[in-house]
Amino acid sequence: MADGSVAEVKEALAKVGYLADEPAALVSFLAQRLGKPVLVEGPAGVGKTELAKALSRATGRELVRLQCYEGLDESKAMYEWNYRKQLLRIQAGGEAGWEDVQEDIFSSEFLLTRPLMQAIASEEPVVLLIDEIDKTDQEFEAMLLELLSDFQITIPELGQVSATTMPIVVLTSNDSRELTEALKRRCLYLWLDYPGVEREMEIVRLHAPELPETLARRLVEVIQMVRALDLKKPPSIAESIDWARTLLLMGAEDIDRETFNQSMSIIVKHRTDIDLVAERVGVKLAEAPARSG
Amino acid sequence: MPPSPYGPQADPGPPGLAAKLLGFCEELRSEGVAVGTSEILDAFAALDEVSWTSHDDFREALAATIAKSQDDRRVFELLFDRYFFRAAEAEAVQRGVGEQSERAAAGEGGERLDIDQLREQIREAIAAGDEDRMRDLARLAIAAFGRAEGSGVVGVDVQRIRRTLGLSAGAQPPSEAGEERPPIDREQLNGFERHLRRELERDLIERTETLPPSRPLAELDRALPTSPTQDLAAVHRAVSQMKRRLATLGHEQRGRRKGRHVDVRRTMRASLETGGVPLRLRYRPKRPRRPEIYVLCDVSTSVTSASVFFLSVLHALHDSFRKLRSFVFIERISEVTEVFEHERDFAVVAQRISSEGGVADVSGYTDYGRVWLEFLTEISDELDPRSTVIVLGDARTNGREPHAEVFAQVAERAGRLFWLNPEPKLYWNYGDSVMAAYERFCDGAFECWTTRHLENFVNVVAGGTPTPEQS
Repeated sequence: MADGSVAEVKEALAKVGYLADEPAALVSFLAQRLGKPVLVEGPAGVGKTELAKALSRATGRELVRLQCYEGLDESKAMYEWNYRKQLLRIQAGGEAGWEDVQEDIFSSEFLLTRPLMQAIASEEPVVLLIDEIDKTDQEFEAMLLELLSDFQITIPELGQVSATTMPIVVLTSNDSRELTEALKRRCLYLWLDYPGVEREMEIVRLHAPELPETLARRLVEVIQMVRALDLKKPPSIAESIDWARTLLLMGAEDIDRETFNQSMSIIVKHRTDIDLVAERVGVKLAEAPARSG
Repeated sequence: MPPSPYGPQADPGPPGLAAKLLGFCEELRSEGVAVGTSEILDAFAALDEVSWTSHDDFREALAATIAKSQDDRRVFELLFDRYFFRAAEAEAVQRGVGEQSERAAAGEGGERLDIDQLREQIREAIAAGDEDRMRDLARLAIAAFGRAEGSGVVGVDVQRIRRTLGLSAGAQPPSEAGEERPPIDREQLNGFERHLRRELERDLIERTETLPPSRPLAELDRALPTSPTQDLAAVHRAVSQMKRRLATLGHEQRGRRKGRHVDVRRTMRASLETGGVPLRLRYRPKRPRRPEIYVLCDVSTSVTSASVFFLSVLHALHDSFRKLRSFVFIERISEVTEVFEHERDFAVVAQRISSEGGVADVSGYTDYGRVWLEFLTEISDELDPRSTVIVLGDARTNGREPHAEVFAQVAERAGRLFWLNPEPKLYWNYGDSVMAAYERFCDGAFECWTTRHLENFVNVVAGGTPTPEQS
């Protein structure tokens, strides 16, 4: 990806199917130029993870993904000693002295690399996605600090492993807990929100090109209406796209009340939400025209 | 007297962008945004990479490196415009650059604009979201009928001009040609008003040649726009935090040797092994303290704005605690535990409480004294030292007898009693507020009208340090 200017970055992202808004394009651009990690926050389903994927596609870099969850620790995220192999080495070693063996079994041959290590040690530059960082414990965040500021990992037995190539690091968070200042300090910050009508329409039409423009506009307007309600889980962009495809399959020409009720479950996925949406949005839509026969 | 080391208010400071940026960061810090040196260095590095001629790029680059949360970002937005606007105006005042002379040359007032035409153009600009055009039109509008009748108070003038133009949010009347026009929503109209305000301020500064002193942001401005979803989510977060803390509080008592009771039956049984001599004592397992909470919530008109917040706190509490009884009161008290337990949807809960609560009697004004009496006679038998009572209310008695002694009895029976007041501490004990009378008997009284306050309360209750209050 040419990283000459913000506009070029935006264009490159658009080419691989991600329509970035100005801030997103600018931060992606800065991330590459300054070599800093990007912290992306926002509600679920606005394309945070997708941004990292798009960056990887646009730059032609491999995507290394670390999915965070509660209880994620070093050995799952960074590296682990291959204990069995070490044991074998000791047993097979036979005559070798203790010094030799000790030096030998703590060499990189016995190291199992996990995503973070993989990203650092990679020969080719990569895009490292640390997904849903807010799901981890604070201790894990602290462990990331060295990686994020210096792109290196210290292994006590082996020393430092520094990145040979600069990875693009994207961290995403659903804002379910406040991240530590130390982590934020090391990152560029990007808040992604639900797109406006025009941009969402572009996105929907990019992914469902056969959808007529009027229908796309109608769809996006309804989606935005649904999002304005106080729902447990507002529909994400991915769900708008799914809905668009569904409407295409159904051969719908307009979103009337009947079509809406039939396909509503694509965008609303909670029992109480469905009731609320049917009550508030469904009634605003026109009745289906009486069919002959 | 020596001149102030910081110079007069309109001092533009040392020249150059670097100084301006540092000044901007300084102002952000004074508003409570944590801007570290590393952030400032990043900001400068980022500005190296973007073109400064683009207003958006410049702002976004700064924001990405400096404002690291939604709250920070919002303060950033508010300050960014204000700071750089002030910086530019201060420079203009100092150098004596003005537009008045140009205006005079252009023959202002000679050509009265047709109001209808102007209104039409403004509507178009608002609908198109064209910022530059809106600014130009705002200036035209001010020139047309702003100055002559201007009151000099910017806020008043903005509304007056808007009214004169006949602009309002909502559906728009069709144009003369009979075409339908897209409705203007509140947000778009605010955009235009912002331009009006900006231009009026600029005008005022130019006339008086001084900058008004910069004020800290009002608490109201900096709070996030209140969407019920966001608020509810935040409240639920704070409460679930509270639940964790309270739960661990209970655990502390486990395993503590003091105050354990000998379980006679088990001790005797164990003594069989040793020939009937009770060598080893068996203890009764200590039950961890179950948080048992009574929440009393004022829902009268004086706390209308806070009521929704309080009800959402109640709603969230019910999600987290099983042993929770909630009450709402105005003149009388009424238990609403049932409503919350059977209804998950917040909107329905709020509606049912207002319709079935039955707490307003005659006047609809809060009567704290009577509420305590009722609470004491009806419920307080069930209070024990393990229970926590939380009162949500403003302690405004409307001049009625506060019955603080009854309240004291309630406080005595309950293990702990906390008061959350939706008014700033400054207003306590003003007018008919009798907070001081009650505060003495509380284990803690807190001001609480944002989720941040709620988190603070949770911290204190859990024995942590209060988060520093940011003004």
